[in-house]
Amino acid sequence: MSIKKGIEVSIAASIAAKLARVEVIAAYPITPQTHIVEHLSELVANGELEAIYINVESEHSAMSACCGASAAGARTFTSTSAQGLELMHEILFIASGMRLPIVMATVNRALSSPLSIWGDHSDIMAARDTGWIMLFCENGQEVVDSIIMAFKIAEHRNVLLPVMVNLDGFSLSHVIEPIEFPSQKDVDSFLPPYKPLYSLHPDRPVTMGAYGMPEIYTEAKYAQEMALINSKDTIIGVMKEFGDKFGRHYKPVETHNTENTDFAFICLGSTNENIATAIDELKSYGKEAGLIKLRLFRPFPKDELLSALKDKKRIAVIERAMPAGAANGPLYNEIASLIYNNRLDITLENYIVGLGGRDVHPEYFIDIFDKKITFKTDKNYTVIGVRE
Amino acid sequence: MRLKGLELYTDHPEAEFVASGHRACQGCAEILALRMALKVFGKDTIMAMATGCMEIISTPLPTTNWEIPWIHVAFENAAAVASGIESAIRILQEKKKIERKDIHVIAVAGDGGTSDIGMQALSGALERGHKFTYICLDNEAYMNTGIQRSSSTPYGAMTTTSPPGKKSIGQSTWKKDMAKIAAAHNIPYVATACPSYPFDLFSKIKKARSVNGPSYIHILSVCPTGWRIPADLAIEYGKLAVRTGVFPLYEVEDSRYKITYSPEPLRPVQDYLKGQGRFRHLKDEDIELIQKRITAQWEELKYLCSLK
Repeated sequence: MSIKKGIEVSIAASIAAKLARVEVIAAYPITPQTHIVEHLSELVANGELEAIYINVESEHSAMSACCGASAAGARTFTSTSAQGLELMHEILFIASGMRLPIVMATVNRALSSPLSIWGDHSDIMAARDTGWIMLFCENGQEVVDSIIMAFKIAEHRNVLLPVMVNLDGFSLSHVIEPIEFPSQKDVDSFLPPYKPLYSLHPDRPVTMGAYGMPEIYTEAKYAQEMALINSKDTIIGVMKEFGDKFGRHYKPVETHNTENTDFAFICLGSTNENIATAIDELKSYGKEAGLIKLRLFRPFPKDELLSALKDKKRIAVIERAMPAGAANGPLYNEIASLIYNNRLDITLENYIVGLGGRDVHPEYFIDIFDKKITFKTDKNYTVIGVRE
Repeated sequence: MRLKGLELYTDHPEAEFVASGHRACQGCAEILALRMALKVFGKDTIMAMATGCMEIISTPLPTTNWEIPWIHVAFENAAAVASGIESAIRILQEKKKIERKDIHVIAVAGDGGTSDIGMQALSGALERGHKFTYICLDNEAYMNTGIQRSSSTPYGAMTTTSPPGKKSIGQSTWKKDMAKIAAAHNIPYVATACPSYPFDLFSKIKKARSVNGPSYIHILSVCPTGWRIPADLAIEYGKLAVRTGVFPLYEVEDSRYKITYSPEPLRPVQDYLKGQGRFRHLKDEDIELIQKRITAQWEELKYLCSLK
């Protein structure tokens, strides 16, 4: 029997990790991730979760300890934000290169400087090419479901890659939402105990983390890349199995109101809810705008995205990170490349919103639709609401 | 002493956990130290190794020299990786997912991976009380990358980033005392060792393996390549380091210091420094300064050992 209750999303995320029966958690506190790790350490302290919680002295050691624990065969979980994600950056590549099925809840937050504890996507965009599978969540229910699915994806023998579940700092992590929790019994039958293919054990010695000379490095990285790209099939399979079992259906790319319009927004994370609100309001004026939501960001769901946008004439890519001198925001660049490679005639626009926790109002999206916010082609993108 | 040594010799296991064919330099006392240590740690050992000489000489994909489970993640995090392994083994045994037996986790790093870049991860792991042994194989510089100075490089030594010159004596700082830093964590067991004194090393590894909590062994590992000495003198220079008091052999058991081999009367440091290319440029007054420091350190150590 599943239970539905009003709960803070961070607490819900830690309950999801408990339902997944994580065995080792290594984490270092950072706002806005703290409520997740606080509740997990409470669950361990009370004996409600049979796991070891390692109070590491930094995020670098958090990810390092996760690598050790996962390599030794334990189901391993951690969580971080912003500076913490950057401090563990080096080890993120190693976790994926060593094919360790670690799951991390990344509570997206702006990067310093200036210091900001508030939400945006500058942290995850700086870590997007670390070889992890990356899911984005729009609401608390998705966070819970994604964490449970993440372990099943990560540990699948055809995948064996770490998975990041992204949730927006504060605007998602700290809100109270009605969330349905599956029963432990159902989660257990969906997600059986982790049986590693190889693990560090004296009865079966293995060497992990050997170095690659030029004659083998390319092949090693190519094999890893293929595993990441091919993981999409497993991800879709796990999402389907989850839907069949729990009645909540997910897809790598989800759409809202895209059928009768040639305009769509594309966005990641909880901002999608603000956009959906704007779309409903536009509808009340008789205007139709669509929304294409990327639930899966890595591997980049090219085919699914292409079928969602191919009939569109105008697309606004909404991002929560500065391009940092690039031609456009990182999400835009990948969508532009997809559109170019398929010779589609689509007008693409790029809008930057919600940096460092700046409020994102549904009116922005109404104004974008109505072209009241002008798209600055000379700058390639428009930063909404910036005081120049 | 001889008899006691012989007993230990007959005691120590013949098993080898380092396969031959590794790529260490001729006369490398580091791989020797590790080979000796692994004999005592035995089969039921999991090793987390930092990037460095021992990693690079042993594991070009797809080959390995390790006959025990071994993992390398990065340079600065061997202690953190070991923390994760130790925790995983403990919980998997508690949950009866793996058989309950005495598996020991060790973390191995060089002096750079320990006293510089890995210090934070090491301090964290020692403070948290994981049951594991951390071994620092100290060859007194970043030898793997081409002999750059570390905080463990001794005063006056020439390295590629502490070259002597008109305005430089070479390494201008005194060697960081890592064993004392480890001891300051009040962990059950800390020791220094040197493969030139194998029985002393064996007995310390045995103790480190048996204590219930973190243990730290700092092993002086003579590096002929970096120290600019003939390869066949590695063992000799290890002995000289001990006999001059440059590298005293001692242990700290439950915060009590004890010298395990007393070389008194100490030989002059000149005997240790003179044949090494890395100290060739030192003048008499430099050596005098080093002698003063070494004598003072030895006296301090004796004082610490006198405390009850």
